[in-house]
Amino acid sequence: MKYIAIFILSFIFWLFLTFSLDLSNIIIGVVASIITAFIFGRYFLKDVIPFLQPQRYFWLIVYLFIFTWECIKANFDVAYRVLHPAMPIKPGIVKVKLGLKTNIAKTILANSITMTPGTISVDIIGDEIYVHWIYVYSENPEEYSQRISGRFEKYIKKIFE
Amino acid sequence: METIGFIFICTGILFNLFGCIGLIRLPDVYNRLQSATKCVTLGTCSILAGVIFYYGFNDAGFKAIIAIPLLFFAATVAAHALVKGAYIFGVKLGDKSVKDDYKDVPKS
Repeated sequence: MKYIAIFILSFIFWLFLTFSLDLSNIIIGVVASIITAFIFGRYFLKDVIPFLQPQRYFWLIVYLFIFTWECIKANFDVAYRVLHPAMPIKPGIVKVKLGLKTNIAKTILANSITMTPGTISVDIIGDEIYVHWIYVYSENPEEYSQRISGRFEKYIKKIFE
Repeated sequence: METIGFIFICTGILFNLFGCIGLIRLPDVYNRLQSATKCVTLGTCSILAGVIFYYGFNDAGFKAIIAIPLLFFAATVAAHALVKGAYIFGVKLGDKSVKDDYKDVPKS
């Protein structure tokens, strides 16, 4: 069942990617989808109930808007630091506590942290994430947790948990 | 529509340029990755958005729409892997660094 679902999803994805209905394209797509399903089938979701809850999609859309805004801010932030003659950077690696449980939520949060102003996630060990920060604003763990992950955590919790 | 597309493409090229300047100016590998992931990812996404506006919803536009999320996930995961790999390989943080919580952690 999982394998068939992955096969169908990757085949639809292939059709959008090539955007043509030639016979040769479809044959290649079928073969590639079978290989994909064979390799990644066991990583597919365990249950589908979360997918049928509409409020998750609502929060996903809200989250996408917030994420895009943060992402644009990140770019202006980095551009400012790069172009400033004195280069105002104060880098360091800080440890941030996470309030999330599932792996997918942690992954999405780590990816979001990488795209937000001045931070790259280095590693996750247990429920602590190590973040490289281009300008360490404060030494107080609670304050920088709020600055780094506080904005996203509540939305990700609503979407993925 | 074409004008909007051109504006997006020009912004994207500008941000890619900032990213490259950062790659040269910033001191160590971690800071360089900051500029390389953020500016270059959004710059390239902006170029792709410009492509969507320029061509509309035909085959090129659809490919650009698919490419944007793929680029986001690929860039973030690649940055994460590079940072962690550099740290485990033993690259030191630059002289300006003020804090290193990751030093005493057992690496996997």
